[in-house]
Amino acid sequence: MSVPAYTGPLGRTWHYVFLGICCVVFFFLMAPIMVIVPLSFNIEPYFTFSEGMLRLDPDAFSFRWYKDVLGMCTQKATEAADAFVTSTKVQECGSGSNRGYEWAFAARNSILIAIFATLVAASLGTLAAVGLSRTHMPFRKPIMALLISPLIVPIIITAAGMFFFYSKVGLAYSHLGVVLAHAAIGTPYVVITVTATLVGFDETLIRASGSLGAKPLRTFFKVIMPLITPGVVSGALFAFITSFDEVVLIYFIADAGQKTIPIQMWSGLRQQISPSILAVATMLVAFSIVLLIAIELLRRRSERLRTSLPS
Amino acid sequence: MAKATQPIMIDGVPLKEQLARAERRKKYIALGMVLPLLLFIIITFAIPILSMLFRSVDNPRMVTIVPNLVAALDDWDAVDLPSEQVFEIAFHDLTAAKKAGHLGKVSTHLNYSLSGGRSLILKTKRKFKKIKSGPYREAMIKSDKRWGDVHTWAVIKKVSVPYTARFFLNAVDRDYDDTGNVIQKPEEYRIYVTLFLRTLWISLGVTLMTLLIGYPIAYLISTTPPKISNLLIIMVLLPFWTSLLVRTTSWIVLLQTQGVLNDIMVWLGIISEQERIQMIFNLRGTLIAMTQILLPFMVLPMYSVMKTIPLYELRASQSLGANPFITFFRIFWPRSIPGIGAGGLLVFVLSVGYYITPALVGGSKGQMISNQIAFHMKSSLNWGLAAAMGTILLVAVLILYWLYDKVVGIDKMKLG
Repeated sequence: MSVPAYTGPLGRTWHYVFLGICCVVFFFLMAPIMVIVPLSFNIEPYFTFSEGMLRLDPDAFSFRWYKDVLGMCTQKATEAADAFVTSTKVQECGSGSNRGYEWAFAARNSILIAIFATLVAASLGTLAAVGLSRTHMPFRKPIMALLISPLIVPIIITAAGMFFFYSKVGLAYSHLGVVLAHAAIGTPYVVITVTATLVGFDETLIRASGSLGAKPLRTFFKVIMPLITPGVVSGALFAFITSFDEVVLIYFIADAGQKTIPIQMWSGLRQQISPSILAVATMLVAFSIVLLIAIELLRRRSERLRTSLPS
Repeated sequence: MAKATQPIMIDGVPLKEQLARAERRKKYIALGMVLPLLLFIIITFAIPILSMLFRSVDNPRMVTIVPNLVAALDDWDAVDLPSEQVFEIAFHDLTAAKKAGHLGKVSTHLNYSLSGGRSLILKTKRKFKKIKSGPYREAMIKSDKRWGDVHTWAVIKKVSVPYTARFFLNAVDRDYDDTGNVIQKPEEYRIYVTLFLRTLWISLGVTLMTLLIGYPIAYLISTTPPKISNLLIIMVLLPFWTSLLVRTTSWIVLLQTQGVLNDIMVWLGIISEQERIQMIFNLRGTLIAMTQILLPFMVLPMYSVMKTIPLYELRASQSLGANPFITFFRIFWPRSIPGIGAGGLLVFVLSVGYYITPALVGGSKGQMISNQIAFHMKSSLNWGLAAAMGTILLVAVLILYWLYDKVVGIDKMKLG
């Protein structure tokens, strides 16, 4: 935004002050995420910038925390880590289980649970959103309110309720239980994004398809699906990241067998934080940047699709 | 007006009826598409929450473990010491409970309402072995003189009812006295009302702060050309997409006493090495971290409202001689209020139930109601109290949800 020529000196000054304020806010928004990236390469087991790092001395940086997390740690690095993180249980590399193994186990769990939860959420959510967008849908509002509610109800209440109920029906402490729980809190995202893509959906297309002899199922897959795919995928990504980032439900209804990356971080943060957490955090930031770009591209594609439709 | 003859279709069915039939079929199809998710949500989400609501009044423990005692105490007037008969029943019920291995549960349950209740029961467990025959009243009082106290029995009677409002009273720092009147708890036990109020204040504070710092950037994004604004939106969305734990970790790294911010201030000479500021693990930590984490939820709804305000109106206002401030307050501000409502309610609803961030950066002064619920769920195992607190929180959130629907409309909720 540039200052128009007719602005007076006061307006001009204010304009720059305003831009300054905005910069500070954006800094406040971004800095906390960015600060951990260089710190995760710190060779020393502290969470501050050493003098060497500020001088950009290559010796002050290292991949040791990444190696540690990925299970490629050398003996020396582990010993140093042991000396620092004495209170947490750290086993040496090479012996049966090490930190790398723990993180790998957590990552495998995270990805598997998130994928299955996303599949459930995306399929049920898409179908429901298409139904909700039909003009003939009865009780639209109350049903919508119920389907969105997992997004609004505080996670601790959901967790407490699920703990009571899932342990009664034998779903607690199982992968299936966690997948169902995550699918439940992921569906609102799918419903919201798919309903949003269906706003302005041309219903005559369905009739046209039908009049050309297509059965409803064929119409669904050949006409409706291609148009709503961007919404489905972005909803699915939301559901995926919700499950992938979820701590509280797992903390309540699962045990060590379903340990995920966030749970591993959570227990690390509640005891003494080890620099390895920063390495994991940085990898997660990179992961979310990838997802964000994917979402952004999808959004643009969906906008193009919608504007290219004849009105 | 004369009734028009109804058009009849070839198969003899009136057109009107056929149309109604087709409508009905379409209705069932739409409902059929929604049904799988509806059932899924009801089973995996709604029923669990209802079961939690039920827990907040359900009090089955004493009734199932010592049923005869509960029945006997039902007729007792809670004024004089119970009769020998009641003592005998109590002795047999407690002995049976001990054999079944349930005495620990009784002692824990009693301990919530009677300080020293656990030790009374556990001591009794050892001493009951010596009692071979009646009169049980004397023998029990001899084993522990608290059995001779009317108060002990009154508490047992009180905690034995199958359905109780006691957990709700406890959740607002109240309790029943021995004769069943509602009283305030002693001052040193009153913590929950303060906690509810604190939760409210933190949520209001976070909402106001996100509004205060979110409004300028939402304004900037909605008034800049798309090339720059797309980049700015991505800057808002990135924190939104980054793991909550990662963002909380970052705040710990930044704000702790040996953290980055304190280092910078020491290096700049603003504070000396000894005066490092405690910025985290207290209320301030919770406020700062939650403000940053919830900021995108404020900015995005405000932005989606602001981008519908035509910019040429601002230019028209200025060209008619209004200065930028008048232009802003007369033209832009009134039209952006729906966005403030949407963002404000969303941030408030989300922050009322916040758990992870306060738990990690809140210390003891920055805890919210969710943290206390988690404590009673995981540590003190007082599930009834946790459920009652959860129910109160849920009601508050549902009222806000209803308000959000009235003001914004849930079908207008957008993501990114």
